[in-house]
Amino acid sequence: MKKKSDNQKSKNHKTKDNTIIELKDVWKTYKLGTLSLDVLRGINIKIKKGEFVAIVGPSGSGKSTLMNQVGVLDIPTKGQVLLDGHDISKYSESELAQIRGKKIGFIFQQFNLIQTLTALENVILPTIFQNVEEETRTKRAKKLLINVGLSDRMNHKPSELSGGQQQRVAISRALINDPEIILADEPTGNLDSSSGEQIMNELSELHSKEGKTIILVTHDNELIHYADRVIHVKDGQVLKEISKKKNV
Amino acid sequence: MIKDYFKLPWREIRRRKLRSVLTLIGIFIGIAAIVSLITLGQGLENAITQQFQSLGNDKLLIYAKGNPFNAGLSNGAITITEDDLEVVRDTPGVSIAAGMIYTTAGIEFNDNVRYAFVSGIPTDEEERKLVGESQSYHVMDGRFIEDGDKYKVVLGNEYSKEIFMGKIVETSDKVLINNQEFKVVGILEKIGSPPDDQSAMIPLEAYQEIFNSGNEIGLIIAQTEVGEDSSKIAKEVEKELREYRDVDEGEEDFTVETPEQLMESFSSILNIIQAVLIGITGISLLVGGVGIMNTMYTAVLQRTREIGIMKALGARNSHIMWLFLIESGLYGLGGGLLGIIVGIGFAKITEKLFEIAIGPSFLSIEIDISLILGTLIFSFIVGSLSGIAPAWQASKLKPVDSLRYE
Repeated sequence: MKKKSDNQKSKNHKTKDNTIIELKDVWKTYKLGTLSLDVLRGINIKIKKGEFVAIVGPSGSGKSTLMNQVGVLDIPTKGQVLLDGHDISKYSESELAQIRGKKIGFIFQQFNLIQTLTALENVILPTIFQNVEEETRTKRAKKLLINVGLSDRMNHKPSELSGGQQQRVAISRALINDPEIILADEPTGNLDSSSGEQIMNELSELHSKEGKTIILVTHDNELIHYADRVIHVKDGQVLKEISKKKNV
Repeated sequence: MIKDYFKLPWREIRRRKLRSVLTLIGIFIGIAAIVSLITLGQGLENAITQQFQSLGNDKLLIYAKGNPFNAGLSNGAITITEDDLEVVRDTPGVSIAAGMIYTTAGIEFNDNVRYAFVSGIPTDEEERKLVGESQSYHVMDGRFIEDGDKYKVVLGNEYSKEIFMGKIVETSDKVLINNQEFKVVGILEKIGSPPDDQSAMIPLEAYQEIFNSGNEIGLIIAQTEVGEDSSKIAKEVEKELREYRDVDEGEEDFTVETPEQLMESFSSILNIIQAVLIGITGISLLVGGVGIMNTMYTAVLQRTREIGIMKALGARNSHIMWLFLIESGLYGLGGGLLGIIVGIGFAKITEKLFEIAIGPSFLSIEIDISLILGTLIFSFIVGSLSGIAPAWQASKLKPVDSLRYE
């Protein structure tokens, strides 16, 4: 019953301002023995569909924890995370996994490719958990790899690829289930500047050409010019928000 | 889809070759032991069945109550005599009946004494044939006991070897049994069991005389008439003997058995022995399972980060669970496959060794497809069961924690 009413509410909500992710007074507290540490302290963020948002902050600011909330990898101690208007704390672990697989594409600093699988197999991996037909998914994965210029690297293992190439495999993998949101956590952190720039350009293109919602988490101030809006985080709180463009 | 769930575990197994091989060794030893035991057990049973089949279904064995393995061995307490033999002969449905008896005695030749089974067998041609058939004797040299023989002996195959008596025993040699001189008239073909191959056969009359056994006989072999149901005749014989020996039903001091019944009692004993052995071997399989479990716990630890990645990419707990269960199942299956090959190989080698040492038809090994399939399924299950706890642990990992794991 509750879910349904949430749903109803969200529908109204969505038509109004097109919000895809909303964090309402989100707290995250870690308990270490008797010590409790508030890593997030009442965060309020709204991200609209098709927006390119950068979440910036120094290390220890809580931005990784924040990313986990936004990526529904974790549930807040207090407050609400609404994805498409649905409160994620209402879902089971399996349902959250399903939601992540369908709606969110992750790009990590460490690339996080599975070492035993080839580039193509890595890209296909998320579709296996969504029961996509073999023919469809292979076709889709090949197309994505060709788009990022890895047509001749499809059958290579991650260890045979450069950092930039691995990250492009990871981007293809993030896109395979055609998610609405791309969540990139320090995507250029392990790359040289030219590979980093290439990756950022690809993310920009996904935003401008395909209308994907991009959420970039970084400590690198150089990257923030790619974003429409920059949210500065410090000590588990939103310090300030700067919007570059008015219209999204 | 199922293919995908095998691909990842298979790659992992291949990636960590040494660990995989060690895990496989743990499981394959148990499987090999079980497969070879079952195969050898079946081989033994096959051989026994064949022996009994050569005996024929139309024969009845009558002996004093006691251990069926010693049927016919004079034990002094309860005796079967020639009078009982007459009763059996007179039972309707019985065409011929013959008596024989045996005991252990010293056989002397070339100043050597060997203690072996000495049997007294009938000299009448038909009766002798019946006994010969029932005991699977075949003459290699000379002849069998004949009508009118008295102090004549037919010896088992071992006597034809120099090592047994210090000198090869040949036909028309003389041997001493219980201080009575017997002339050797024949040597038998190799039977395969040492007690048979060392035995001596003399006419019943001579036996009763030298062992002073009166009219005692140990074993009556009866042949039923053509077309008669041997188990029905067995009941008849039992009834007649009960009347003659004056015992109540259920309190018989003798046993009337068809070869089928005898075979059943053999195989039930064999089955018990086999079950005990397999039970013991099962312990080694348990150890192998623990080995798989250990490997899988290590694997979960090593791949914690991968588990986190897959969960971030949309893998549900059940997906992770399956991946690890299949991996451990594959260890079981691989161990099972190796075990089957080694186990059957071992059984085949044993069969060959027995053939060289004792002679053919002691073991008759057949490769049993249902055993192979059953073992494969069983070993896959053992592997999967061993993987349940580690896989459960893997599936329960929180994505955030496992992604952070270095």
